[in-house]
Amino acid sequence: MTKDTLAPPLKTAPPPPSVPLPPAAGLVTFDVSQLNIWFGVNQVLKNVSLKIPSKAVSAIIGPSGCGKSTFLRSLNRMHDLVPAARVEGRITLFGQNLYDDDVDATVVRRRVGMVFQKPNPFPTMTIAENVTVGLRLNGVRKRNLIQERMERSLRMAALWDEVKDRLNANALSLSGGQQQRLCIARALAIEPEVLLMDEPASALDPIATAKIEELILGLKKSYTIVIVTHNMQQAARISDLTAFFYLGELVEFDKTNRIFTNPAKKQTEDYVTGRFG
Amino acid sequence: MATLHHRWRKIKSSIISALCLLCATIVIVPLAFVLFDLLKEGASSLDLSFFTQLPKPAGEVGGGMANAIIGSFTLLGLAALVGVPIGVLGGIYLSEFGQPQFNAVVRFAADILNGVPSIVWGIVVYAIAVVPMHGFSAYAGGMALGFMMVPLIIRTTEEMLGLVSNNYREAAFALGIPHWKIVLHIVLKTANKGILTGILLAVARIAGEAAPLMFTALGNAGWSHKLSEPISALPLQIFTYFKSPYADEKRQAWGASLVLVLLAISLNIGVRLIARTRAPHLTK
Repeated sequence: MTKDTLAPPLKTAPPPPSVPLPPAAGLVTFDVSQLNIWFGVNQVLKNVSLKIPSKAVSAIIGPSGCGKSTFLRSLNRMHDLVPAARVEGRITLFGQNLYDDDVDATVVRRRVGMVFQKPNPFPTMTIAENVTVGLRLNGVRKRNLIQERMERSLRMAALWDEVKDRLNANALSLSGGQQQRLCIARALAIEPEVLLMDEPASALDPIATAKIEELILGLKKSYTIVIVTHNMQQAARISDLTAFFYLGELVEFDKTNRIFTNPAKKQTEDYVTGRFG
Repeated sequence: MATLHHRWRKIKSSIISALCLLCATIVIVPLAFVLFDLLKEGASSLDLSFFTQLPKPAGEVGGGMANAIIGSFTLLGLAALVGVPIGVLGGIYLSEFGQPQFNAVVRFAADILNGVPSIVWGIVVYAIAVVPMHGFSAYAGGMALGFMMVPLIIRTTEEMLGLVSNNYREAAFALGIPHWKIVLHIVLKTANKGILTGILLAVARIAGEAAPLMFTALGNAGWSHKLSEPISALPLQIFTYFKSPYADEKRQAWGASLVLVLLAISLNIGVRLIARTRAPHLTK
């Protein structure tokens, strides 16, 4: 009922988002093939191909500079904002190529939400305004819809009980961990189909991190989640699949317990056992 | 040996800090002189009639500068109508939309314009507005002052928008919000106090200008009833009165100077107050 209050979905008929997707049973959210990305003359990603399954947590690990954030940001076309970036290859979201000429990047970003490393709630807005800003600035006017979506998003982000009595307080009055959950609520409010997370807990203390991880495990029932993390224990704890990137290449992508116990590649084993990186 | 060396280092250090202190003091001294002189010569002239009456004919004692005070504010308002939209929108373009090469050209042009002597602005506006409109007017004066504001406001707006962390722009883009709405509702809102500060400083900078008004607003001994008529302004009135042979007009010139300086001071204090309430998010 709500998708049409936002923008039209991608132009050439993607599957209707409101249809509930069957649980992970082989359904693919992103199909990435032959992805190459350059920044200027620097090639940052080389020939990456993989399929990211629906309603599961896929973790991206690898040493700094291996291209994991670059990969993540190609999934919602954030590289469009960097003039020097060049993306080649195909990334389909439920069968629709995100980089086709007739695809509007802003529509892609409404379907593929993102949470960043540093909590970044808008400093001039209240807690409530932060959650609803994506709806309001995308043209949703119905007050009760906005209100309802705000409460639901805050509940999904496990923040409602902590903020329900001060929804009109400035967002910066929250702690770092609360701010990050606010950013998750903000991303959820426009009802994306996918949630991308770029090291969402790396700026948080262990308790706040545990809350975020718990939240991710709950969200994967309804969302496809792709998370970049520096923390291998975190990848092992929360992800169903893990991709190991090294020097811009995808070394291995497999079930998480295989990657950590019996990887196919020597490089992966060396990395997950802490021999380098 | 070591202690001798140590002592020499201490002496060098105190010489340098004494020199710095001296130079810093030299900055304050002229301001103190200006204020002291203006208060001494001008304060006694600031009575009720100064603010409420028109100038008396030359040679007569008394009268005031009501028309010049209102005229100055009128001209500043007209100038803001020209300078604020062009300056702010131009600054937004540079910070949010522009391509690097074109931006470099605009910045260079703005810096050159900043260095154009104010009397040249007066002459330019005389040619492009006064001559075609067949007369001096408040419009022309406001235009000349407004043109002076543009480069100042463009650069401060661009700088203030540059202080808004890219994290916020990215967060907004990731929500699928269109670019122009991000600029309007998020970036500008985050930087609005900084931009207002820039505007106030630009107003303070042009409030005391006489040269751009001489061939545009011209000045007026009485009220101007229409914006298409010549209009009086405090700096013009100071210029006229200070050249005058009559002691009473000289006295009023001092009073008007004091009013202008007080205006500049209060604008600067206003800027400080705004800057103080500026949220911590603007420090990168």
